[in-house]
Amino acid sequence: MKSKNNNIEEIAGQARNDSAKGTKRIISGSQILIESLICEGVDTIFGYPGGQIIPVFDTLYDFKNEINHILTRHEQGATHAAQGYARVSGKVGVCFVTSGPGATNVITGIGDAMLDSTPMVVIAGQVGANLLGTDAFQEIDVVGITQPITKWSYQIRRAEDISWAIARAFYIARSGRPGPVVLDFTKNAQAQNVEFEYQPCDFIRSYIPVPEVNPAQIEAAAQLIDEAKKPFALVGQGVILGNAEEELKAFLEKAGIPAGNTLLGLSALPSDYPLNKGFLGMHGNIGPNMKTNEADVIIAIGMRFDDRVTGDLTKYAKQAKIIHLDIDASEIGKNVPVDVAVLGDAKETLAALTEKVKKNSHTEWIRSFDEYDKLEYDKVIRKEIHPEHGQITMGEVVRRVSEATENKAVLVTDVGQNQMMASRYFKYSQPRSIVTSGGLGTMGFGIPAAMGAKIGAPERTVCLFCGDGGFQMTMQELGTIMQEQIGVKIIILNNHFLGMVRQWQELFFDERYSFTEMKNPDFVTIARAYGIASKEVNEREELDGAINDMLQDDKPYLLVVNVETKGLVYPMVPAGACITDILLCD
Amino acid sequence: MQESTLYTITIFSENTVGLLNQITIIFTRRGINIETLSVSPSAIKGIHKFTITVFSTKDMIEKVVQQIDKRVDILKAYYSTDDELVFQEIALYKIATNKLLALGSIEEIIRKYNIQILEMNETFMVLQKTGHYKETQGLFDELKDSVGVLQFIRSGRIAITKSKVERLSDMLASIEEKVTNEG
Ligand SMILES: Cc1ncc(C[n+]2csc(CCOP(=O)(O)OP(=O)(O)O)c2C)c(N)n1
Repeated sequence: MKSKNNNIEEIAGQARNDSAKGTKRIISGSQILIESLICEGVDTIFGYPGGQIIPVFDTLYDFKNEINHILTRHEQGATHAAQGYARVSGKVGVCFVTSGPGATNVITGIGDAMLDSTPMVVIAGQVGANLLGTDAFQEIDVVGITQPITKWSYQIRRAEDISWAIARAFYIARSGRPGPVVLDFTKNAQAQNVEFEYQPCDFIRSYIPVPEVNPAQIEAAAQLIDEAKKPFALVGQGVILGNAEEELKAFLEKAGIPAGNTLLGLSALPSDYPLNKGFLGMHGNIGPNMKTNEADVIIAIGMRFDDRVTGDLTKYAKQAKIIHLDIDASEIGKNVPVDVAVLGDAKETLAALTEKVKKNSHTEWIRSFDEYDKLEYDKVIRKEIHPEHGQITMGEVVRRVSEATENKAVLVTDVGQNQMMASRYFKYSQPRSIVTSGGLGTMGFGIPAAMGAKIGAPERTVCLFCGDGGFQMTMQELGTIMQEQIGVKIIILNNHFLGMVRQWQELFFDERYSFTEMKNPDFVTIARAYGIASKEVNEREELDGAINDMLQDDKPYLLVVNVETKGLVYPMVPAGACITDILLCD
Repeated sequence: MQESTLYTITIFSENTVGLLNQITIIFTRRGINIETLSVSPSAIKGIHKFTITVFSTKDMIEKVVQQIDKRVDILKAYYSTDDELVFQEIALYKIATNKLLALGSIEEIIRKYNIQILEMNETFMVLQKTGHYKETQGLFDELKDSVGVLQFIRSGRIAITKSKVERLSDMLASIEEKVTNEG
């Protein structure tokens, strides 16, 4: 590992020296690409080769010691793996794919990264520039397709533009509100030999990634907070992306403010942190949802008032003054009218706000969350995590796995009931501990994202919870896990249904279970085919033993837990309802 | 429900391939129809200026303009209402020469509508009129009924703000100042 990094330093150093001395080497476009990536600190790439990117893969062959390329089994897997990698490490995830079908296969991952603000650079091969627009073999308009779902999408047609485009791509992907960038890389540019020089990018005149902090906004926000009797903070992923967890705590503690988290904001605060009042939104905790409509001042921090958080906007927090801290000006007032906007990087704005606000404690107000916690425990949580009879529940599996890792693992989820149960019952003790598809809600995200997370944080235990449906959407990635021996712990919460859809059918469509029941394969046999240790559990008594087996080493493992077939995720705010109209168990 | 009014959106952008698409997809997503569009190089070298008019509500137009402004290649986007602008459109009308001559006094029409003649031969004439939509449309309606119009074309709106603040040059100046201070 060490020699790898030394080499990377050497290559990046040489590029810098060459630029400084003006002694530029003439190398191929493909090599310029790889060396530019190395200059950006890239050491891991997820990809899949094909005709229009072969020259790049050929060059990659010479850089096997510097760059760890992971061959996934499908390009969608490469993007989700890059996302998982980026989310846990804070670095930019990188993918290589070929043109045509390779490029269309990455659309889901790019869309997911766009909605969840994940820094990612996808480099797709493209037919030679002379063939563009002719319906050449595997030609597709990648820039046109990806413009609506990227921060920036650019076609490189000449080798002279490669290092410029890479520098710009990385700057755009990771600065400000992060997001995906696509580079559509024509084959002629890959092959062409030109002078190489690398200049990192830190400025684009048409792009202001981080708005300057405006003292008047801080002042106005502080005044509202100081006057508040019932202030409530809504914490989103912006805090994590801005590495502002400590600043957040300092702010909440000084001003005595309780906080709720969005799905992607989970793990910004530890689960047992006294001011952390839980999870917001459709399947969130009762307290934070009810209190949103009781608070007199709401401080939204790096969150975007998604409809899964707000429910019916006409009945959302109407009594409250709203302060919105965000790095993205276009989020201000997009869904909810805002009284004070505080633009900037959460790390800076929170620190500035903390300095300005008065010390406060709001003891009574903070304590008033307790009754809802108790209600939820009695009505929902106890049954879910300590059931006394009946089939195994999803919640108890999640809580036991979490505890078996001392709540230190990275949680990865797929989408559906498994996602909501895992997010609710897993416990977080450090930041960047959840990787889940929030905005796009992509089934099949789980397995590849978990692989990327493990590669991005190799020292941490990575536990993936997925449904039997979602698992089968990307289970070909077991091949990648086998080949690379990626030590992910996969837990299928098998209910033999597309559970979340079945839940809606039960609650809102008269129990008409239209195409949601699934006949499943023997998952343990599938794991065996890939040489991955596996066990299936039906009885509660077997659960702890199986979890211990799974966690005893750092190897990949598939645990199949057959859970209750008709479990329901509660509490639930039905889609479009007011956030205080919460369904509890019958 | 807020009322729908005509807004003029002014956008300054880098001159890169695919920029128009980046802008139009933002309207498409929200189901907004573009009424007029005009694009050309601006007074500042390398920067293009788009003038777009749409019917929308104030609430919606604010969000849309922010989302346009956010795109990496866009320098600045803002919206204005008609009272904040001096604006103009240009229209061309192709008319059969014999029909127009048969009308009698061309002079009268030219004076009344303040028209220019761009081309004239024995088969057709091309008239040009600048003005607001109502004016260019008024002439079209009149000509259509009296002599018939062989071809008609109207440009998108171009507009200049009445404001004393020059938003783009001020912005560029402040960027420049920052860059020189920092580096
Ligand atoms: C790619 C994709 N297709 C369809 C959906 C719609 N959908 C949301 S949850 C769900 C059911 C998921 O079933 P399963 O993976 O078994 O998980 P469970 O809900 O049972 O935990 C479906 C079909 C989706 N989110 N993503």
